[in-house]
Amino acid sequence: MTDPQPAIRLTGLTKEFGAVTAVDHVDLEIAAGEFFSMLGPSGSGKTTVLRLIAGFEQPTNGTIELFGDDVTKRAPFDRDVNTVFQDYALFPHMSVLENVAYGLRVRGIGRRERIERARRALASVRLEQMGDRKPSQLSGGQRQRVALARATVVQPKVLLLDEPLGALDLKLREQMQVELKEIQRELGITFIFVTHDQEEALTLSDRVAVFNDGRIEQLGTPAELYERPSSRFVADFVGTSNLFDDAVSRALLGRGGVHSVRPEKMAVGSGETAADVRNAPGTVVETIYLGSGIRLVVDLDAGVRVSVLEQNDRNRVHDDERGDRVVVSWHDDDVVALGGADVASEPAA
Amino acid sequence: MTMNATAPASARGEASGPPDPDPAGSATGGAPKRGIPRPKSTPARRGSVFLSAHPRVRLGFLLAAPLFWLGLVYVVALAALLVTAFWSVNSFTGEITTEWTLDNVITVLTGSLYQTVTFRTIGVALLVTIIDVALALPIAFYMAKVASPRARRILVIAVLMPLWASYLVKAYAWRSVLSQDGILEWVLAPFGLHTPGYGLPATVITLSYLWLPYVILPIFAGLERVPDSLLEASADLGGKTWPTIRHVVFPMALPAIIAGTIFSFSLSLGDYITVNIVGGASQMLGNLVYTNVGAANNLPLASAIALIPIAIIFGYLALVRRTGALDNL
Repeated sequence: MTDPQPAIRLTGLTKEFGAVTAVDHVDLEIAAGEFFSMLGPSGSGKTTVLRLIAGFEQPTNGTIELFGDDVTKRAPFDRDVNTVFQDYALFPHMSVLENVAYGLRVRGIGRRERIERARRALASVRLEQMGDRKPSQLSGGQRQRVALARATVVQPKVLLLDEPLGALDLKLREQMQVELKEIQRELGITFIFVTHDQEEALTLSDRVAVFNDGRIEQLGTPAELYERPSSRFVADFVGTSNLFDDAVSRALLGRGGVHSVRPEKMAVGSGETAADVRNAPGTVVETIYLGSGIRLVVDLDAGVRVSVLEQNDRNRVHDDERGDRVVVSWHDDDVVALGGADVASEPAA
Repeated sequence: MTMNATAPASARGEASGPPDPDPAGSATGGAPKRGIPRPKSTPARRGSVFLSAHPRVRLGFLLAAPLFWLGLVYVVALAALLVTAFWSVNSFTGEITTEWTLDNVITVLTGSLYQTVTFRTIGVALLVTIIDVALALPIAFYMAKVASPRARRILVIAVLMPLWASYLVKAYAWRSVLSQDGILEWVLAPFGLHTPGYGLPATVITLSYLWLPYVILPIFAGLERVPDSLLEASADLGGKTWPTIRHVVFPMALPAIIAGTIFSFSLSLGDYITVNIVGGASQMLGNLVYTNVGAANNLPLASAIALIPIAIIFGYLALVRRTGALDNL
């Protein structure tokens, strides 16, 4: 894994489906051994990029390099990348062991050796007892792990994961996130993970690319994306943001442009007086009890509705209710500028 | 996710939000509160209520008509046939004698004519089935996995289209195609080849043509149910075209293929018109039945002959039952 070449290099990658441009001139380098996520809403082009890398689709333009080799024109069976499919795509007529051994079988590896290797792969996902079962006899989480074993047994250079946790319930998903991370660390291969779940992307990844409309909107570490979103779209899509448009920014911050503040960076109180603290009066519209926290929806007098997240810890003293007059405060440091006067802030009315 | 930066609800008046203790009662308060009328209790409604509470009665009503049809038309008719095979015909008066005898069955099993015709019929049916499956597989695969949705619809119609024309018209069309001065001869002559003329090959060709839609459609339906992602997964794991077809497509389509063969095999086994039209002097089991019912006026012998294809089909069904193909019909 000391290869100086990036595992994947996409250059000017474009994919058009008829009149629709699904992927629009994407340039991207993914380092060897990286856990890389492609995050975006459905239709943002992230899955298409994954399918282009796997070879299921041919790009309209641009190239795909795998450790320096141009694989753009190669068939899927001729690329050292493997995919964990969203629906797992396990072969229903084969046993779990046969599924895992399939990649070895079509490569002409002898029966004894492929069964041995498939067993080891199954053991690595803790399913060694399940080899004789049919996929239909497994639970969702188990199928997921079989798909993972099947894709990794052929030792790909890059593993592509297409929303692999989408079909699992919350508890199982959190458990599988930890396992995925462990498996990636053990195998040391590059993972490219497609998801629309921003929390999942932040939890798992070394770096995340946020996709919007076929382009990469922002590329960075989870902390960079969350703390310093570069655009209104990223601020909105990654986590929850209170967005101030141009007019509101002028009223509240004394400067134009679009800004965002995270709900957990805001506090509801009677106002602080420190130099770098901004206070804004408003009326509580709704209080939502979340268990670990409390979310307050407040209509500021400046003409914006904000969401404030308060920890439900022992410091919590207020019990604000609907209709209460409150003061919302935040530090200047926590205000993120999202560029100049945004188009969205200039409606005709 | 955004707390939108537009004016809050309060600034625009109390138009939205949770139910407010709004004293003005402005927008909806004017009209009197009117409930949706309860449905009237009619006899039909009471009947529905009864049926929804009594699933067995419901099932009984549902099954009564089809079971009646199956029982009377199918089982009774078959049983009558079975029984007739064990009667005989008085050769002098031509009347059926209702005395139990195994003569007909023994004749059919031991007579060399019947044996020859039985093997010929099985051979034709098998050949037709093999040809149809070989033709149907690529067509069905193209329809299910390659063609665009629009092309797929057109192809389904194209496959079904021959079924709109009469069986006889199609058989006679082939008679004209295969004749000594027909299209086939005209096409093949430049290559030094000739039409097979009328006989068993012509019968096989015509039957293959006639039953092809019945083989394509189940295979198409079966292949359509194979998710594309499985083919992608196979390619992804290194499977080229042929291994993918052998290890993934074929095993998954096998029940559908067998379902298709049941059609072509059983339809060929019982056919006697095509062989009459393009078969020259050759006979199949159906012809023997037909001759014995008509010209020979020997219904018991005809019944005994008719038992042969029934027995063969039962054997075939028993064989394929193990593959799960019958779930696919």
